[in-house]
Amino acid sequence: MSLTVDSVSKKFRRFAALNGASFVAPQGGFISLLGPSGSGKTTLLRILGGLEFADSGSVRFADLNWLDMPARTRNAGFVFQQYALFRHMTVAENIAFGLRVRPRHNRPSGSEIRQRVKHLLDLVQLPGLEGRYPSQLSGGQRQRVAVARALAIEPRMLLLDEPFGALDAKVRKELRADLKRIHDHAGVTTVFVTHDQEEAFAVADLVAVMKDGRIEQYGTPADVRRNPKTAFVSEFLSA
Amino acid sequence: MSALFNSGIAPRQRFHRPTDDPVWLKALLVVMAFGFIAVLLLLPLLLVFREAFAGGFLALWTAITEPDSLAAVRLSLMAAAIAVPLNTVFGIAAAWSIAKFDFPGKTFLVTLIDLPFSVSPVVSGLIYVLVFGMQGWFGPQLADHNIHILFALPGIVLATMFVTFPFVARELIPLMMDQGRDEEEAAATLGASGLSTFLRVTLPNIKWGLLYGVLLCNARALGEFGAVSVVSGHIRGVTNTMPLHIELLYNNYDYVGAFAVAALLAMLGLITLALKSLLEWRYADELAAMHRH
Repeated sequence: MSLTVDSVSKKFRRFAALNGASFVAPQGGFISLLGPSGSGKTTLLRILGGLEFADSGSVRFADLNWLDMPARTRNAGFVFQQYALFRHMTVAENIAFGLRVRPRHNRPSGSEIRQRVKHLLDLVQLPGLEGRYPSQLSGGQRQRVAVARALAIEPRMLLLDEPFGALDAKVRKELRADLKRIHDHAGVTTVFVTHDQEEAFAVADLVAVMKDGRIEQYGTPADVRRNPKTAFVSEFLSA
Repeated sequence: MSALFNSGIAPRQRFHRPTDDPVWLKALLVVMAFGFIAVLLLLPLLLVFREAFAGGFLALWTAITEPDSLAAVRLSLMAAAIAVPLNTVFGIAAAWSIAKFDFPGKTFLVTLIDLPFSVSPVVSGLIYVLVFGMQGWFGPQLADHNIHILFALPGIVLATMFVTFPFVARELIPLMMDQGRDEEEAAATLGASGLSTFLRVTLPNIKWGLLYGVLLCNARALGEFGAVSVVSGHIRGVTNTMPLHIELLYNNYDYVGAFAVAALLAMLGLITLALKSLLEWRYADELAAMHRH
């Protein structure tokens, strides 16, 4: 029931974004992909989400051949850096989207959906904002809604692409703590992309430091911090 | 230096916003804009209506309800009713593929979409004559099967479509590029199918741009003269659209008739404009909200 990423490679035209990235994470783990821009962390995350396709390599998750499934059947909640909320829908409609588009036979009823939305808004600490539009929310509130929307589909996996990158330091800290709490509460396998090492070490059980499309070092935050394996890792962490 | 500071000029007058131009310049620009519009746009429009009503309302009514004029109105509306929906579908498809996918020849496709704007409508009409005319590529085969394209409704619709194709696509491409793929990607990860994503996410995001494009496309479709003139054959009461019929009446010294139909055509244009302004006013909040996001 674990997540196994095995030598995944991906080229954009002639630029190799991923160069055989591999790691294994336990079910329910919280993994940070950490690295400078251009290291391939976002590409790897988008491949896990089905938004990008690997040229070679494989991913197994919960005994599924993950890369053979289209994004819409993976049931992986994705949180984007720029929120990507549906701008013409209210907060409640945004969160309910993934439930409303389900085929009729496993679509919850209207009242169930309303209840689920309310519960999720409580979880991300935005109670009572059902009727607002995304344009009426602050950046931090938008990202909380985006997290609630991703959780609404009861995802098998939660993928976050620099989710707090556009927010100021204080809001980042708050959201970081909330994300940790939500992860511990929901127990869903989470992959979190960031270039901020403090953030990576604060939230994750496992950190993968990436460079040039490869995973340079992979381990617990304490382990990576104490024993950087390569010159790049120690230099990146001391920066 | 000290003279400057002691000159007694209040700071408010000395320092103004960098974008604030002198009053006379602002006045001049505004007057020029209004004058230009008045002389080149409003005055002719007013004259059209004055001429149309010159013989009294009864003469106007008779001229418009005359069978050939009615046939021209019907044909114009029919051509627009076919061309506009088709161009809406093609325009969405073109804008969608350009904004949301990467493929070789993308810039070339964008250039092609602009072609009808840069080529004279008469030339585009002639292209259809070359392709479908009796001396053209498909003319004889089509005639064998008794299919009439030139000098008939299909030719008029084709010419209208060619000329009005860019309106919807041009309106949507920058809008869809600006909106990016994020929302569609989010919809996919939430389990939505392609059709569901289009109907629930893409379409609502582009509806205002789409509506503008359709309105402009419709206005041009009703008013197109050059391209349609080449392919129509000018058969009175059969293949004359409104603009062609106006020319015919005018050339026959039937000024009341010509200006009557012209006034009707101008009315349709004004209604389009009013509709557009109404939508902008009615949904101003929503439009602003979309841009703020």
